[in-house]
Amino acid sequence: MTAESRRGLLGTLGRDGLLQVILVANSFFMLFPIVIMVLSAFKPTAAIFNSPFAIPDFTNVGNFVAVWTDTNFVGYLGNSLLVTGSSIALILVLGTMAAYAIARYEFFGSAFVLLFFIAGLTLPLKLAIIPLFILMRDLSILNTPLSLICVYTAMGLPSTVFIMTGFIRTLPGELEDAARMDGASELRIMWSVLLPLARPAMVISAIYNLVPIWNDFFFPLVFIQNEAYKTLPQGLTTFMGEYTTNWGILFAGLTLSAAPITLIYIVLSKQFINGMTQGALK
Amino acid sequence: MPALRLTGRGLWITALIVPPLVFVATFVAYPIISALAYAFFDWQGLLRGEFVWFQNFEEVLFKEPFASWTRNAFMNNIIVFLVLMVVQNGLGFLLAYALWRELPGAAFHRVAVFLPVVLSTVIVGILWKLFFHPLFGLVNQSLKTVGLGELAQPWLGQSSTALGALIFVNAWHWVGFPTLVFLAGMQRIPREVLDAARMETESEWIKITKIVWPLVAPSATVVFILLFIGSFNWFELPYLMAGLDGSPFGSTDVLGLYFYRTAFGNQSAGVQDFGRGSALAVLTFLFIAVVAAFWTVRLRKRELQL
Repeated sequence: MTAESRRGLLGTLGRDGLLQVILVANSFFMLFPIVIMVLSAFKPTAAIFNSPFAIPDFTNVGNFVAVWTDTNFVGYLGNSLLVTGSSIALILVLGTMAAYAIARYEFFGSAFVLLFFIAGLTLPLKLAIIPLFILMRDLSILNTPLSLICVYTAMGLPSTVFIMTGFIRTLPGELEDAARMDGASELRIMWSVLLPLARPAMVISAIYNLVPIWNDFFFPLVFIQNEAYKTLPQGLTTFMGEYTTNWGILFAGLTLSAAPITLIYIVLSKQFINGMTQGALK
Repeated sequence: MPALRLTGRGLWITALIVPPLVFVATFVAYPIISALAYAFFDWQGLLRGEFVWFQNFEEVLFKEPFASWTRNAFMNNIIVFLVLMVVQNGLGFLLAYALWRELPGAAFHRVAVFLPVVLSTVIVGILWKLFFHPLFGLVNQSLKTVGLGELAQPWLGQSSTALGALIFVNAWHWVGFPTLVFLAGMQRIPREVLDAARMETESEWIKITKIVWPLVAPSATVVFILLFIGSFNWFELPYLMAGLDGSPFGSTDVLGLYFYRTAFGNQSAGVQDFGRGSALAVLTFLFIAVVAAFWTVRLRKRELQL
């Protein structure tokens, strides 16, 4: 081995070592707060104050039981599931309809329709909250889950139409033509020929919209005052206000709220990362 | 092109396209256009008064005390954006570069860095508010544990550190996003280009600045523009951690908080003014749209096609 290549090798090792140290330090830094949150959820408040880093007795689930039974946590969770589930379902149905029409048929104004949807992609809808508030009041759906479902669906459609139109355009047309020759109706062709093929794009669209909708706090803050309709993020702030000094309960509430999306993310991390970053890249 | 007849095919296409269009028109297009119009009216609570031309704009921009509130919030937004550009996007690029080398454990580190991204800002904000507690919070407790007890301070309670603490939490929450967008860009660089570069130079620095950085320009465009829009829309994190007034003493006030306070009032001063609120929203929106458009064009120009 020549001196030069050895220096190259050592250089590579040194550099990779440094990068590895950076990665390990960063992962520690990302996970440590979350680990402390979970550990604290198993401790009484005094133990959190006195020994914040100690490993707790994991059989002590009193905080979780209190969150589950003494607070409206289950109600908030149900509302979040209802609102997110309905919105994602509507986004996929309506988004696929529009994308299919734009990608598969030539009709007058199709380019303009696509442009109209895409324009919605870049607009920060938060800044239109005053007219939205008045609109919801006029439609008499202020203070109901329907107001959230409508806004989330409208917010999710531009990205979904964009992702799905691009994808459907890449699918070959032969299958469709064959089905058409066999006398299949347009509805039948869409339902049984194209939709099964478009499933990967539907998964990306669903994940791209799932996280911001499930986590949203802004629209419930403005639209929902009624305790019975509050979503999980919004309910969490209410409940934080009530238990300010009981840190055991607070950490248990945070842990329980973070659990659903974190567990799904860990199982489907590849799809999540693809969905959330590629949605942005395309 | 034949006229669209509502029979057969035409009817089918109409049935497909109209429902989604109605949704976006009602809940995106109409509110945004209305926001523009609302700013030109005088408002009495929820009732629209008379047309007042540019009076609302004039008030938020030039009339005291509104003008200095606007200026203060805007300056804080600029600070947030600039610091996050360096900290969040810079660290994101560095981490992406480290992950790209596929060192042992890369798969784990990739999942770890993105984990906070999927959490709600509410969870992140409340969690870090507890962590920043002056006496019992994790931050000061950790400092004491490693012997840096003198550095312990009420991070969220003093003007000098509050905004910095919020920016830090935002970077912790979101750094995984630029990391993985940059990583996706790096993974798209063709092998041959890298091999050719390796022949030419030993220097890692030259490879990064002359090869990798120019070739991930499309990722940089996305990440920069999204951070810009996000920074000037910043609301949830300061609202949860510092409150609607941007306490202490307005040191964490940003346009998002100021807009919300003006439009919907706050506990201390219950007045709400949709006119001035709409004017603020329109100004913020125009600022974001104009800067983002120009900047996108400039960023796109330096993107290379291989």
